[in-house]
Amino acid sequence: MAPRPRRDRPAVTAPRPARGRPAVHPGAWWLWALGLGTAATRTTNPILLALLVATSAYVVAARRTSAPWSRSYAAFVKLGLAVLTIRLLFAVVLGSPIPGTHTVLTLPEVPLPHWAQGIRLGGRVTAEGLLFALYDGLKLATLLICVGAANALANPARLLKSLPGALYETGVAVVVALTFAPHLIADVQRLRAARRLRGRPDRGLRGLLQVGLPVLEGALERSVALAAAMDARGFGRTADVPPAVRRTTTALTLGGLLGICAGTYGLLTAEGGVYGLPLLLAGSAAALAGLRLGGRRSPRTRYRPDVWNARAWLVAGSGITTAALLVVSAAYDPAALRPGVVPLTAPALPLLPAAAVLLGLLPAFVTPAPEESV
Amino acid sequence: MIRFENVSVTYDGAAEPAVQGIDFTVPEGELVLLVGPSGTGKSTVLGSVSGLVPHFTGGTLRGRVTVAGRDTRTHKPRELADVVGTVGQDPLSHFVTDTVEDELAYGMESLGLAPDVMRRRVEETLDLLGLNELRNRPIATLSGGQQQRVAIGSVLTTHPKVLVLDEPTSALDPAAAEEVLAVLQRLVHDLGTTVLMAEHRLERVIHYADRIALLPSPGARPVLGTPAEVMAVSPVYPPVVDLGRLAGWSPLPLTIRDARRRASDLRARLTDVVAPATDGHSPQGNAVPHTEPPHTKPEIPAPRRFLRRRPAHPAPEPSTPHLAADVSALAVQRGPVKALRHVDLTVAPGETVALMGRNGAGKSTLLSALVGLVPPAHGSVRVGGTVPHRAAPRELVRRVGLVPQEPRDLLYADTVAAECAAADQDAGAAEGSCRALVSELLPGVGDDTHPRDLSEGQRLALALAVVLTARPPLLLLDEPTRGLDYAAKARLVTVLRALAAEGHALVLATHDVELAAEIAHRVVVLAEGEVVADGLTAEVVVASPSFAPQVTKVLAPQPWLTVSQVREALSS
Repeated sequence: MAPRPRRDRPAVTAPRPARGRPAVHPGAWWLWALGLGTAATRTTNPILLALLVATSAYVVAARRTSAPWSRSYAAFVKLGLAVLTIRLLFAVVLGSPIPGTHTVLTLPEVPLPHWAQGIRLGGRVTAEGLLFALYDGLKLATLLICVGAANALANPARLLKSLPGALYETGVAVVVALTFAPHLIADVQRLRAARRLRGRPDRGLRGLLQVGLPVLEGALERSVALAAAMDARGFGRTADVPPAVRRTTTALTLGGLLGICAGTYGLLTAEGGVYGLPLLLAGSAAALAGLRLGGRRSPRTRYRPDVWNARAWLVAGSGITTAALLVVSAAYDPAALRPGVVPLTAPALPLLPAAAVLLGLLPAFVTPAPEESV
Repeated sequence: MIRFENVSVTYDGAAEPAVQGIDFTVPEGELVLLVGPSGTGKSTVLGSVSGLVPHFTGGTLRGRVTVAGRDTRTHKPRELADVVGTVGQDPLSHFVTDTVEDELAYGMESLGLAPDVMRRRVEETLDLLGLNELRNRPIATLSGGQQQRVAIGSVLTTHPKVLVLDEPTSALDPAAAEEVLAVLQRLVHDLGTTVLMAEHRLERVIHYADRIALLPSPGARPVLGTPAEVMAVSPVYPPVVDLGRLAGWSPLPLTIRDARRRASDLRARLTDVVAPATDGHSPQGNAVPHTEPPHTKPEIPAPRRFLRRRPAHPAPEPSTPHLAADVSALAVQRGPVKALRHVDLTVAPGETVALMGRNGAGKSTLLSALVGLVPPAHGSVRVGGTVPHRAAPRELVRRVGLVPQEPRDLLYADTVAAECAAADQDAGAAEGSCRALVSELLPGVGDDTHPRDLSEGQRLALALAVVLTARPPLLLLDEPTRGLDYAAKARLVTVLRALAAEGHALVLATHDVELAAEIAHRVVVLAEGEVVADGLTAEVVVASPSFAPQVTKVLAPQPWLTVSQVREALSS
């Protein structure tokens, strides 16, 4: 590490991403996934929803790395299935407001006292009600799976690194909290296993409760150790900022937030249509300026920040376009995107929206394949 | 570079100061080793350099500590971050980010270095520590030695003038420890970094030290001097110094090389005495009750193919139930990793077996398999006639006991007495049997002490007592000497020898070659989930440069293993 004479390098525009760095800005993946998710909220057509899930699954399978967070997609798929199941169960047990004629089965109805009017337990279960619940659940599950895709493709911690400097410390708190949970789970598993060494059953709820206290103690100790390590490595160093700048920062941030509140209120109430939008915009601008000035207090720099390049535009753009096209189609052709359940009809495949969904596959072709890391 | 001026530290609620009268200077570019028994305040002294004591831990610091001219009273740890780099005992609690490269950059980001400087220093540090292959790896997937190197690298990138290390090699196997120490030496020699380091395993580090600061007992003033001077009076010393004291060499040798050059007369005196440990007996001479033919020859040079063909253990014959443990063709899968590929191992009652091998070789997994924590993917494990992973926990504790790497995992109660009562109940033993064991292993520990307040060695003894309450014929210990000073280690050795003499079979996974030399009858070396050597301790460790204890290296080619053997031989 001897200091070497160094010449200023010309700005290099590297077309190929460096080895091991994300090829695409994590924010782009999140925009893409949220675009697909938005598209999912615009339709209940099971074929379109299935197409959305398939699109996200294909891109994840093609472009995820071998990092630990990449495995979260499967977890989100399971979560989506659980949501779907719960939605169906509710429709069966609590009945459905959808009027239907095709009775699938009849559960014994539990008589409820009159103050619980409007709630039904058991009773007739109709095919229409079930189908409606299925469509509805599928929509929610698709949304969750899209979020899972974003999680699998972009490290959430890296996204937080793109926060403005003034929010950096909040970001670190979130990152530490995110890594806290996996450690806690590992601790619980280790301590439950250790119960076996004491001759106690290592399964069951009681075992879990008894290791609770040691696990929390261990977690607390680890947090304190981490805080010490971070402090010793310069976390939270502040730069000297002239008082004038400090006061301006406070004024801008507070004023901006007030402006945003007032502007939002104005937009939402009928009378405030005139001053609402300008106030909101001015407030946002002031708040952003405040954040930017606040960043001066922190002397931090960023190591190899992710760059927003043409690929990132394409990835984000494909998601946003899909969302926009489905929003437009939902306005023009609501029947195709929300197939009726009364009377029972088979959902058709609307060609234009389907093509729009397939646009979401674009990232699988425009981004480089992940390298096989060890 | 570091200057202590009459420093004393008193923690809140403590009657006595943890350290006092610390008054010395560490000049620039020196490697100073801080030694002393556990509980004498080594970590407190180290913490006061980085400012964590007292800014983070609380307590009162009297006197003054200055680092590169900055007073730690007026500078918080974060304001010292550009001159002091601190690496603690547990690298995992040090990491803030999740990949190697980001971790190396973290400290520089905090200091606000320019991006191109950061980039250059990360690359340089990756090369310096040999981490380039691992730069994109998630830290959680690295081995212990690799993590320790990343932890050192992460503080090096800010180019600190001072490096403070608390037991940097205690969790590492001999080879990985050498690797880390070689890096430190290079920093001191090439870059003029000042290093202040505490370490229990003196045999690993003493020859790197320029000077030694000895904290002889709690609250005592430190003794400062050259390694040879301090070792002459120190209550803690490595085996090579012990041998030097025994032979009356002066000045004391600190390295194997120095000792060998003096040892010719000692070797001559010892040739007349019967050479130990080649007669199939234990290093201490108490015969092992073998239930099978004498053990195999050392296998280190033998190719693996040969091992596979070898009938590794006797075919199931009537004597099998007498074995304490019988593992055959065991393979264990842990997630995507094949932790064990093919392991054959038999342990006879009264026998002590040391499992050795680098970090991640499968030692802990083998112990876990023996106690039924992981099911075999292939092959079989039998312990005292039962299959451990199928046995009910209550039944199993009477056959096999494991003291895990972190003995704290075994302890749940908030007093020693409650822990003992629970252990009696778990084991179905008579009331008070655990307490009797604790009194024997840990004299002078009160009933209402919280297990968390015990020292590392005391906690190990308590966990050992808890496990022994069920009187298991097979006792497994995972890294029992981690964090123990020489006195605690000597007590542990006495206890373990007594257990072996009573007929307990012991299996210990350890990186500590001196411990293996002291108590093991047999050494089994694992590598990548396979047994690569299995034989008498003397034969296996003598044949291997990295596993040979210091005495063996000094007195080679004579097969002596420990100072106590030499002492006995000379006195007889």
